[in-house]
Amino acid sequence: MPKKVVHEFKVEFLQILDEAGRVDRALWPGLDEKEIKGFYESMVLIRTFDEKALNLQREGRLGTYASVQGQEAAQVGSAAALRPSDWIFPAFREPGVSILRGLPMRMIYQYWSGDERGSAIPEDQHDFPIAIPVGTHIPHAVGAAWAAQFKGDPVAVAAFFGDGATSKGDFHEGLNFAGVFRLPIVFICQNNHWAISVPLSRQTAAATLAQKAIAYGFEGIQVDGNDVFAVYTAAKNALEKARRGEGPTLIECYTYRLSDHTTADDASRYRKVEEVATWRKKDPIVRLRAFLEREYRWSEADEQVLRRQMQERVAAAVHEFEAVPPQDPQTMFDLLYATPTPDLIRQKEILRKRLQQKKEKE
Amino acid sequence: MSKLNVVQAINQALRHEMERNPDLILMGEDIGKDGGVFRVTEGLIDQFGERRVVDTPLSESGIVGVAIGMAAYGLTPVVEIQFMGFLYAAMEQLISHAARLRTRTRGRYTCPIVVRTPYGGGIHAPEHHSESTEAFFVHTPGLKVVVPSTPAEAKGLMLSAIRDPDPVIFLEPAKIYRAIKEEVPEGDNAIPLGEARLLTEGKDLTLITWGAMLHPTLKAADRMAEKGVEAEVIDLRTLSPLDSATIIRSVEKTGRAVIIHEAPKTCGLGAEIAARLCEEALLSLEAPVARVTGFDTPIPLPKNEKYYLPDVDQIVEAAEQAVGF
Repeated sequence: MPKKVVHEFKVEFLQILDEAGRVDRALWPGLDEKEIKGFYESMVLIRTFDEKALNLQREGRLGTYASVQGQEAAQVGSAAALRPSDWIFPAFREPGVSILRGLPMRMIYQYWSGDERGSAIPEDQHDFPIAIPVGTHIPHAVGAAWAAQFKGDPVAVAAFFGDGATSKGDFHEGLNFAGVFRLPIVFICQNNHWAISVPLSRQTAAATLAQKAIAYGFEGIQVDGNDVFAVYTAAKNALEKARRGEGPTLIECYTYRLSDHTTADDASRYRKVEEVATWRKKDPIVRLRAFLEREYRWSEADEQVLRRQMQERVAAAVHEFEAVPPQDPQTMFDLLYATPTPDLIRQKEILRKRLQQKKEKE
Repeated sequence: MSKLNVVQAINQALRHEMERNPDLILMGEDIGKDGGVFRVTEGLIDQFGERRVVDTPLSESGIVGVAIGMAAYGLTPVVEIQFMGFLYAAMEQLISHAARLRTRTRGRYTCPIVVRTPYGGGIHAPEHHSESTEAFFVHTPGLKVVVPSTPAEAKGLMLSAIRDPDPVIFLEPAKIYRAIKEEVPEGDNAIPLGEARLLTEGKDLTLITWGAMLHPTLKAADRMAEKGVEAEVIDLRTLSPLDSATIIRSVEKTGRAVIIHEAPKTCGLGAEIAARLCEEALLSLEAPVARVTGFDTPIPLPKNEKYYLPDVDQIVEAAEQAVGF
């Protein structure tokens, strides 16, 4: 018997804005000047927030922090496509998404400074706090999408993660459930090429990460993750598809982490300077600015005004963060169970006495 | 009231809660059409449909992880893991996420899930089917661990586990799934979590146990009684949170304690109970706290299983030693 092809698939790559700041009109998502400038403002805000975080860490005012530089387009493009009623499940390198969803910047600084109150998502936001173990939040996002489908809510869920997460079992288990039950979820993988020191070639032997969706029975698309218009378009299509009940999508945002993994990492140990330099030329902010200059006569003066405004917003957030009174350590016992157990009540009392004695000594 | 076994009693509890709570979903491998490998969920798919009784992919971490997201969104997932030995695949989800969702979100999201799993030896099962590693879960802050010992207990504790606002690991002793029948109240006999029960009163000795081991322990107490030794038998029912007060109160009265569990001895829950007795009831103790437990080995394959599991003779022997100390 001759062999026959039983299935074929393809993976598309979407780019709308090229590295020189030119757009493909045929693929244009119909954004107006205000929206485009809003994207740019958001990207600059995230970069400013991030640079400030790195400075605060160096000054000892913040603990370990995971920088997001280079991935602003992936975050702004996807966050812009989300509705407030949608749910998001971020990993730990998505401060941009969280900020755009409305999480006060103060809280993100607070979290990375070691204050648990930074994880208290405001009641009106359907966001999960960031997940530190890699990829384990993907099934949670799938469960929320399932619950939304069960209740008939017209919402979509977005799960964010990096290329490293695609090596984990939870990624595969989550995608499999999403495919089997046709759930309203969009998996947004920011392929930033490095999982700490391990390159993409050690995460997968596959040509793309997007193609992994095909194994689970749904569509995967690779987009230029440094092109905010491409990310926005892909995310918007996928979220609308999810809300229509047509199932999940995996979006691979092909991007790059310009900075170290975290402030505790030194990427120069494993990454060539030339590689980083190549990607700096593809910086999503530089690219969108070139577009603004070309299309809307964006000037150096406009740039200066915007940068100053964003710096003021970030400075205000830092001020708020540093003005927060210290956390009462006794709260560690209060939020473990709905009703504290007898052991916890006893242990809380031990800590209370210890704190009191310390105070009396001072 | 009708006479039910443990399987039927848990089935009745699930049915009762599914009728009460339209957001309760059952999920697991083979729990739908097949009714679960032990038939605990038998018939529920016929009554509640595939939307609420879901045969999932073979994926323990996926099942528990998905349940966490569902619970955070507002559903009440009750999941079955076929055997305790398969629950390890979901350990990260339980420890890193289910157990701390409330605390790490400052109370914004909670995780009211129940993870049901058969556990324990004595059923002549293959490898990984007879685990008794409840201490892993008791050691994890944020989880609750419940082990019923009879049909009525199983129903009453399951009702409370499902209604509990926090994640509960519900360990079903496989050995007594069908071995015991008793009258089980038809309606709502919810038994509060966190409260041990005192089965017999006595002045000489306290026997502390849970799950399937309650039954040889009761037999041992009967044998001791024939010799004129009065033992109190405590069935812990909830291993986390642990009802220390009942244990301490009893041992303060009897002065002697023997803890019986089928889990490996080292770092088993017996070690924790013995430590608490030393911390809080030392001056009442008339003898060293004794433990009758499994060995620090994997539970053997069926042919050697009986040499591993504690039996009535061992419990009697330990009790006699404590009384004669």
